[in-house]
Amino acid sequence: MERSNTDSFRHSQYLPFSPTTSSHPSTPLAQKHASLPIPTPTTASSLSGSASTLRYSQSRKTIYDRHLNRSKGAELSKASFAFLFGEMVQYAQKRVSGIQDLEKKLNAHGYSVGQRLLELLVWREGRSGKRETRVLGILQFITNTLWRAIYNKPADALEKSRDHEDEYMISDNDPMVNTYISVPKEMNQLNCAAFQAGIIEAVLDSCMFPARVTAHSVPNETWPGKTVFLIKFEQVVLDREAEFIS
Amino acid sequence: MILSLLILNKAGGLVYHRDFSNTFTKLSSNDYLVLAGTFHGVHAITARLSPFGPSSGGTPSSGLEVMESEHFRMQCFQTLTGTKFLLFTEPQQPNVDVILRRIYELYADYVMKNPFYQIEMPIRCEAFDRHLMAYIKPKQ
Repeated sequence: MERSNTDSFRHSQYLPFSPTTSSHPSTPLAQKHASLPIPTPTTASSLSGSASTLRYSQSRKTIYDRHLNRSKGAELSKASFAFLFGEMVQYAQKRVSGIQDLEKKLNAHGYSVGQRLLELLVWREGRSGKRETRVLGILQFITNTLWRAIYNKPADALEKSRDHEDEYMISDNDPMVNTYISVPKEMNQLNCAAFQAGIIEAVLDSCMFPARVTAHSVPNETWPGKTVFLIKFEQVVLDREAEFIS
Repeated sequence: MILSLLILNKAGGLVYHRDFSNTFTKLSSNDYLVLAGTFHGVHAITARLSPFGPSSGGTPSSGLEVMESEHFRMQCFQTLTGTKFLLFTEPQQPNVDVILRRIYELYADYVMKNPFYQIEMPIRCEAFDRHLMAYIKPKQ
Protein backbone atom coordinates (compact mmCIF):
# COMPACT_ATOMS: atom_id res chain seq x y z
CA MET A 1 0.00 0.00 0.00
CA GLU A 2 2.75 2.33 0.99
CA ARG A 3 4.56 1.65 -2.22
CA SER A 4 1.61 2.12 -4.55
CA ASN A 5 0.92 5.40 -2.80
CA THR A 6 4.30 6.78 -3.61
CA ASP A 7 4.08 5.42 -7.15
CA SER A 8 0.77 7.05 -7.86
CA PHE A 9 2.15 10.19 -6.27
CA ARG A 10 5.08 10.19 -8.62
CA HIS A 11 2.82 9.39 -11.49
CA SER A 12 0.60 12.34 -10.66
CA GLN A 13 3.46 14.73 -11.29
CA TYR A 14 2.64 14.58 -14.97
CA LEU A 15 -1.04 15.22 -14.46
CA PRO A 16 -1.07 18.05 -11.99
CA PHE A 17 -4.54 19.25 -12.93
CA SER A 18 -6.23 15.87 -13.39
CA PRO A 19 -9.33 15.30 -11.22
CA THR A 20 -7.41 12.99 -8.92
CA THR A 21 -4.87 15.58 -7.84
CA SER A 22 -7.19 17.14 -5.31
CA SER A 23 -8.17 13.83 -3.71
CA HIS A 24 -6.11 12.18 -1.05
CA PRO A 25 -4.23 9.04 -2.13
CA SER A 26 -5.95 6.91 0.51
CA THR A 27 -9.50 7.75 -0.65
CA PRO A 28 -11.38 5.02 -2.51
CA LEU A 29 -11.34 7.09 -5.69
CA ALA A 30 -7.59 7.21 -5.72
CA GLN A 31 -7.42 3.47 -5.07
CA LYS A 32 -9.62 2.87 -8.05
CA HIS A 33 -7.32 4.94 -10.15
CA ALA A 34 -4.36 3.11 -8.73
CA SER A 35 -5.64 -0.05 -10.41
CA LEU A 36 -5.19 1.61 -13.78
CA PRO A 37 -1.93 0.80 -15.50
CA ILE A 38 0.77 2.54 -13.51
CA PRO A 39 4.35 2.59 -14.62
CA THR A 40 6.49 0.06 -12.80
CA PRO A 41 8.72 1.50 -10.11
CA THR A 42 11.76 1.54 -12.40
CA THR A 43 10.10 3.49 -15.19
CA ALA A 44 8.47 5.78 -12.68
CA SER A 45 11.74 6.70 -11.11
CA SER A 46 13.49 7.12 -14.44
CA LEU A 47 10.67 9.36 -15.58
CA SER A 48 10.67 11.43 -12.44
CA GLY A 49 14.38 12.00 -12.93
CA SER A 50 13.74 13.79 -16.20
CA ALA A 51 10.53 15.48 -15.09
CA SER A 52 10.19 19.06 -13.97
CA THR A 53 11.10 19.71 -10.37
CA LEU A 54 7.62 21.01 -9.51
CA ARG A 55 6.66 19.53 -6.18
CA TYR A 56 3.38 18.93 -4.51
CA SER A 57 2.82 18.40 -0.82
CA GLN A 58 1.73 14.98 0.40
CA SER A 59 -1.88 16.16 0.70
CA ARG A 60 -1.71 17.21 -2.97
CA LYS A 61 -3.05 20.63 -2.17
CA THR A 62 -1.67 23.12 -4.61
CA ILE A 63 -1.50 26.84 -3.95
CA TYR A 64 -4.74 27.16 -5.96
CA ASP A 65 -6.64 24.94 -3.54
CA ARG A 66 -5.88 27.13 -0.55
CA HIS A 67 -8.01 29.96 0.66
CA LEU A 68 -6.73 33.32 -0.54
CA ASN A 69 -6.76 34.75 2.97
CA ARG A 70 -4.53 31.97 4.24
CA SER A 71 -1.37 33.93 3.57
CA LYS A 72 -2.82 37.19 4.88
CA GLY A 73 -0.49 38.50 7.56
CA ALA A 74 1.89 35.59 6.98
CA GLU A 75 5.58 36.40 6.98
CA LEU A 76 8.28 35.15 4.68
CA SER A 77 11.97 34.69 5.27
CA LYS A 78 13.75 37.90 4.41
CA ALA A 79 16.96 36.01 3.70
CA SER A 80 15.36 33.86 1.03
CA PHE A 81 13.82 36.93 -0.54
CA ALA A 82 17.21 38.67 -0.43
CA PHE A 83 18.89 35.77 -2.22
CA LEU A 84 16.12 35.52 -4.81
CA PHE A 85 16.12 39.25 -5.46
CA GLY A 86 19.91 39.26 -5.60
CA GLU A 87 19.81 36.61 -8.30
CA MET A 88 17.16 38.58 -10.19
CA VAL A 89 19.42 41.63 -10.19
CA GLN A 90 22.43 39.60 -11.32
CA TYR A 91 20.39 37.88 -14.03
CA ALA A 92 19.08 41.20 -15.29
CA GLN A 93 22.54 42.75 -15.13
CA LYS A 94 23.97 40.15 -17.48
CA ARG A 95 21.39 41.00 -20.12
CA VAL A 96 21.54 44.77 -20.24
CA SER A 97 24.00 47.35 -21.45
CA GLY A 98 23.34 50.26 -19.12
CA ILE A 99 21.96 51.25 -15.76
CA GLN A 100 18.77 52.62 -17.28
CA ASP A 101 18.10 49.31 -19.00
CA LEU A 102 18.72 47.47 -15.74
CA GLU A 103 16.24 49.68 -13.92
CA LYS A 104 13.74 49.13 -16.72
CA LYS A 105 14.13 45.36 -16.35
CA LEU A 106 13.67 45.48 -12.59
CA ASN A 107 10.69 47.75 -13.10
CA ALA A 108 9.17 45.19 -15.47
CA HIS A 109 9.66 42.43 -12.89
CA GLY A 110 7.90 44.55 -10.29
CA TYR A 111 5.14 45.37 -12.75
CA SER A 112 4.03 41.77 -13.05
CA VAL A 113 4.07 41.44 -9.26
CA GLY A 114 1.96 44.58 -8.87
CA GLN A 115 -0.70 43.48 -11.34
CA ARG A 116 -1.31 40.29 -9.39
CA LEU A 117 -1.00 41.87 -5.99
CA LEU A 118 -3.64 44.52 -6.69
CA GLU A 119 -6.22 41.87 -7.48
CA LEU A 120 -5.44 39.99 -4.28
CA LEU A 121 -5.53 43.10 -2.11
CA VAL A 122 -8.84 44.31 -3.50
CA TRP A 123 -10.28 40.82 -3.09
CA ARG A 124 -9.12 40.75 0.51
CA GLU A 125 -10.77 44.05 1.29
CA GLY A 126 -14.01 42.12 0.82
CA ARG A 127 -17.22 44.11 1.05
CA SER A 128 -15.46 47.35 1.84
CA GLY A 129 -13.38 47.08 -1.33
CA LYS A 130 -14.04 49.71 -3.92
CA ARG A 131 -12.61 51.19 -7.09
CA GLU A 132 -10.61 54.29 -6.35
CA THR A 133 -11.44 57.22 -8.58
CA ARG A 134 -9.43 60.04 -7.02
CA VAL A 135 -5.68 60.47 -7.11
CA LEU A 136 -5.39 60.93 -3.36
CA GLY A 137 -7.48 57.83 -2.73
CA ILE A 138 -5.33 55.54 -4.85
CA LEU A 139 -2.11 57.01 -3.44
CA GLN A 140 -3.31 56.39 0.09
CA PHE A 141 -4.25 52.86 -0.88
CA ILE A 142 -0.67 52.40 -2.07
CA THR A 143 1.07 53.99 0.91
CA ASN A 144 -1.10 52.19 3.44
CA THR A 145 -2.76 49.00 2.24
CA LEU A 146 -0.17 47.99 -0.35
CA TRP A 147 2.86 48.97 1.73
CA ARG A 148 1.51 47.16 4.78
CA ALA A 149 0.73 44.04 2.77
CA ILE A 150 4.25 43.77 1.37
CA TYR A 151 6.51 45.47 3.89
CA ASN A 152 4.39 45.34 7.05
CA LYS A 153 4.67 49.09 7.59
CA PRO A 154 3.17 52.16 5.95
CA ALA A 155 5.27 54.31 3.62
CA ASP A 156 7.15 57.10 5.37
CA ALA A 157 5.81 60.04 3.42
CA LEU A 158 3.48 61.01 0.59
CA GLU A 159 4.10 64.39 -0.96
CA LYS A 160 2.87 66.42 -3.90
CA SER A 161 5.41 68.17 -6.06
CA ARG A 162 5.32 71.96 -5.80
CA ASP A 163 6.68 72.60 -9.26
CA HIS A 164 4.80 70.02 -11.27
CA GLU A 165 1.10 69.46 -11.08
CA ASP A 166 1.39 65.85 -12.28
CA GLU A 167 4.09 64.64 -9.90
CA TYR A 168 3.74 62.95 -6.54
CA MET A 169 6.38 61.44 -4.31
CA ILE A 170 6.26 58.49 -1.94
CA SER A 171 9.30 58.15 0.31
CA ASP A 172 10.56 55.05 2.04
CA ASN A 173 13.41 55.60 4.51
CA ASP A 174 14.76 52.09 4.17
CA PRO A 175 13.27 50.14 1.25
CA MET A 176 13.01 46.47 2.15
CA VAL A 177 14.41 45.26 -1.18
CA ASN A 178 17.58 47.32 -0.68
CA THR A 179 18.38 46.17 2.87
CA TYR A 180 21.37 44.06 1.92
CA ILE A 181 22.33 45.78 -1.33
CA SER A 182 25.30 48.10 -1.64
CA VAL A 183 25.50 49.59 -5.10
CA PRO A 184 29.09 50.01 -6.33
CA LYS A 185 30.35 53.57 -6.74
CA GLU A 186 30.57 53.38 -10.51
CA MET A 187 26.83 52.61 -10.72
CA ASN A 188 25.66 55.14 -8.16
CA GLN A 189 22.63 56.28 -10.19
CA LEU A 190 21.18 52.80 -9.87
CA ASN A 191 18.55 52.08 -7.28
CA CYS A 192 17.30 48.50 -7.15
CA ALA A 193 14.05 49.75 -5.64
CA ALA A 194 13.08 50.19 -9.31
CA PHE A 195 11.44 46.84 -8.63
CA GLN A 196 9.27 48.48 -5.99
CA ALA A 197 8.55 51.34 -8.41
CA GLY A 198 7.33 48.73 -10.91
CA ILE A 199 4.84 47.40 -8.37
CA ILE A 200 3.45 50.91 -7.81
CA GLU A 201 3.30 51.57 -11.54
CA ALA A 202 1.35 48.38 -12.14
CA VAL A 203 -1.17 49.19 -9.43
CA LEU A 204 -1.69 52.70 -10.79
CA ASP A 205 -1.99 51.50 -14.38
CA SER A 206 -4.42 48.74 -13.48
CA CYS A 207 -6.58 51.21 -11.54
CA MET A 208 -6.76 53.43 -14.62
CA PHE A 209 -4.31 56.01 -13.36
CA PRO A 210 -1.66 55.63 -16.06
CA ALA A 211 1.66 56.85 -14.69
CA ARG A 212 5.42 56.45 -14.82
CA VAL A 213 7.10 55.58 -11.54
CA THR A 214 10.83 55.81 -10.93
CA ALA A 215 12.98 55.23 -7.84
CA HIS A 216 15.60 57.75 -6.76
CA SER A 217 18.11 57.56 -3.91
CA VAL A 218 18.18 60.57 -1.62
CA PRO A 219 20.50 59.48 1.19
CA ASN A 220 20.80 61.52 4.34
CA GLU A 221 22.63 61.22 7.63
CA THR A 222 20.05 59.09 9.45
CA TRP A 223 18.73 57.18 6.44
CA PRO A 224 21.54 56.26 4.06
CA GLY A 225 19.13 54.18 1.97
CA LYS A 226 16.28 56.66 1.70
CA THR A 227 14.45 56.30 -1.58
CA VAL A 228 11.85 58.50 -3.21
CA PHE A 229 9.39 57.02 -5.68
CA LEU A 230 8.53 59.70 -8.20
CA ILE A 231 5.09 59.25 -9.73
CA LYS A 232 4.37 61.14 -12.93
CA PHE A 233 0.73 60.86 -13.97
CA GLU A 234 -0.40 61.16 -17.54
CA GLN A 235 -2.51 64.07 -18.65
CA VAL A 236 -5.76 62.06 -18.73
CA VAL A 237 -5.52 61.56 -14.97
CA LEU A 238 -5.17 65.29 -14.36
CA ASP A 239 -8.06 66.07 -16.72
CA ARG A 240 -10.32 63.64 -14.90
CA GLU A 241 -9.24 65.01 -11.53
CA ALA A 242 -10.08 68.54 -12.69
CA GLU A 243 -13.57 67.38 -13.70
CA PHE A 244 -14.11 65.92 -10.23
CA ILE A 245 -13.25 69.23 -8.63
CA SER A 246 -15.49 71.31 -10.89
CA MET B 1 39.74 47.77 22.48
CA ILE B 2 39.43 46.23 19.03
CA LEU B 3 42.35 47.05 16.79
CA SER B 4 41.87 45.56 13.37
CA LEU B 5 39.86 43.14 11.25
CA LEU B 6 41.13 41.11 8.32
CA ILE B 7 39.06 38.81 6.13
CA LEU B 8 40.84 36.15 4.06
CA ASN B 9 39.23 34.24 1.24
CA LYS B 10 39.73 30.51 0.98
CA ALA B 11 42.82 30.90 -1.19
CA GLY B 12 44.51 33.06 1.45
CA GLY B 13 43.98 36.35 -0.34
CA LEU B 14 43.12 39.42 1.67
CA VAL B 15 39.59 40.54 0.73
CA TYR B 16 38.89 42.99 3.53
CA HIS B 17 40.92 45.02 5.94
CA ARG B 18 39.88 47.67 8.43
CA ASP B 19 41.64 49.35 11.33
CA PHE B 20 39.54 50.56 14.24
CA SER B 21 42.27 52.45 16.05
CA ASN B 22 44.65 55.18 14.94
CA THR B 23 47.21 54.73 17.69
CA PHE B 24 49.43 52.31 15.77
CA THR B 25 51.55 52.76 12.70
CA LYS B 26 50.00 51.16 9.68
CA LEU B 27 51.58 48.71 7.30
CA SER B 28 51.62 49.28 3.60
CA SER B 29 48.81 47.61 1.68
CA ASN B 30 51.32 45.19 0.19
CA ASP B 31 52.47 44.17 3.67
CA TYR B 32 48.89 43.39 4.62
CA LEU B 33 48.63 41.08 1.64
CA VAL B 34 51.86 39.36 2.71
CA LEU B 35 50.60 39.11 6.29
CA ALA B 36 47.39 37.47 5.08
CA GLY B 37 49.24 35.03 2.84
CA THR B 38 51.69 34.14 5.61
CA PHE B 39 48.92 33.55 8.11
CA HIS B 40 47.11 31.35 5.60
CA GLY B 41 50.21 29.18 5.27
CA VAL B 42 50.89 29.06 9.02
CA HIS B 43 47.28 28.14 9.63
CA ALA B 44 47.52 25.22 7.22
CA ILE B 45 50.72 24.02 8.91
CA THR B 46 49.28 24.26 12.42
CA ALA B 47 46.29 22.19 11.33
CA ARG B 48 48.72 19.42 10.32
CA LEU B 49 50.96 19.77 13.38
CA SER B 50 48.25 18.93 15.88
CA PRO B 51 49.08 15.70 17.76
CA PHE B 52 45.38 14.80 17.95
CA GLY B 53 44.78 14.46 14.24
CA PRO B 54 42.76 11.82 12.40
CA SER B 55 45.76 9.47 12.52
CA SER B 56 45.40 9.16 16.29
CA GLY B 57 41.65 8.65 16.03
CA GLY B 58 40.61 12.20 16.75
CA THR B 59 38.87 14.82 14.67
CA PRO B 60 41.02 16.91 12.34
CA SER B 61 42.37 20.05 13.97
CA SER B 62 40.87 23.33 12.85
CA GLY B 63 44.28 24.96 13.01
CA LEU B 64 45.54 28.05 14.80
CA GLU B 65 42.76 29.81 16.67
CA VAL B 66 44.29 32.27 19.12
CA MET B 67 47.67 33.92 19.37
CA GLU B 68 48.42 36.09 22.38
CA SER B 69 51.26 38.47 23.06
CA GLU B 70 51.84 41.21 25.59
CA HIS B 71 50.43 43.83 23.28
CA PHE B 72 47.71 42.13 21.35
CA ARG B 73 45.60 39.07 20.94
CA MET B 74 44.79 37.66 17.55
CA GLN B 75 41.79 35.41 17.14
CA CYS B 76 40.97 33.50 13.97
CA PHE B 77 37.52 32.30 13.06
CA GLN B 78 37.25 29.97 10.10
CA THR B 79 33.90 29.45 8.42
CA LEU B 80 32.77 26.14 6.95
CA THR B 81 33.64 27.39 3.49
CA GLY B 82 37.20 28.29 4.44
CA THR B 83 36.87 32.05 4.77
CA LYS B 84 38.92 33.31 7.71
CA PHE B 85 38.15 36.24 9.95
CA LEU B 86 41.15 37.59 11.86
CA LEU B 87 40.47 39.96 14.70
CA PHE B 88 43.27 41.81 16.45
CA THR B 89 42.35 43.11 19.89
CA GLU B 90 44.01 44.19 23.10
CA PRO B 91 44.86 41.17 25.31
CA GLN B 92 42.19 42.02 27.91
CA GLN B 93 39.33 42.34 25.39
CA PRO B 94 36.46 40.06 26.54
CA ASN B 95 34.12 37.95 24.35
CA VAL B 96 36.19 38.04 21.20
CA ASP B 97 34.49 34.92 19.85
CA VAL B 98 31.08 36.57 20.27
CA ILE B 99 32.30 39.62 18.36
CA LEU B 100 33.69 37.42 15.59
CA ARG B 101 30.42 35.54 15.24
CA ARG B 102 28.54 38.80 14.97
CA ILE B 103 30.97 40.02 12.30
CA TYR B 104 30.42 36.76 10.43
CA GLU B 105 26.70 37.40 10.63
CA LEU B 106 27.14 40.90 9.20
CA TYR B 107 29.32 39.41 6.45
CA ALA B 108 26.67 36.82 5.63
CA ASP B 109 24.01 39.55 5.45
CA TYR B 110 25.64 42.54 3.84
CA VAL B 111 28.30 40.90 1.69
CA MET B 112 26.90 37.55 0.62
CA LYS B 113 23.38 38.86 -0.04
CA ASN B 114 24.65 41.77 -2.09
CA PRO B 115 24.10 41.05 -5.81
CA PHE B 116 27.05 43.27 -6.74
CA TYR B 117 29.59 41.34 -4.70
CA GLN B 118 31.66 38.83 -6.61
CA ILE B 119 32.60 35.89 -4.48
CA GLU B 120 36.26 35.61 -3.36
CA MET B 121 36.91 39.16 -4.53
CA PRO B 122 37.79 42.18 -2.35
CA ILE B 123 34.80 43.39 -0.35
CA ARG B 124 33.56 46.84 -1.27
CA CYS B 125 30.14 46.96 0.28
CA GLU B 126 29.20 50.25 1.81
CA ALA B 127 26.37 48.68 3.86
CA PHE B 128 28.82 46.19 5.40
CA ASP B 129 31.24 48.99 6.37
CA ARG B 130 28.41 50.96 7.89
CA HIS B 131 26.99 48.14 9.97
CA LEU B 132 30.42 46.93 11.02
CA MET B 133 31.37 50.38 12.31
CA ALA B 134 28.02 50.75 14.05
CA TYR B 135 28.70 47.46 15.83
CA ILE B 136 32.35 48.05 16.74
CA LYS B 137 32.21 51.77 17.70
CA PRO B 138 30.26 51.37 20.98
CA LYS B 139 32.74 48.69 22.09
CA GLN B 140 35.78 50.91 21.86
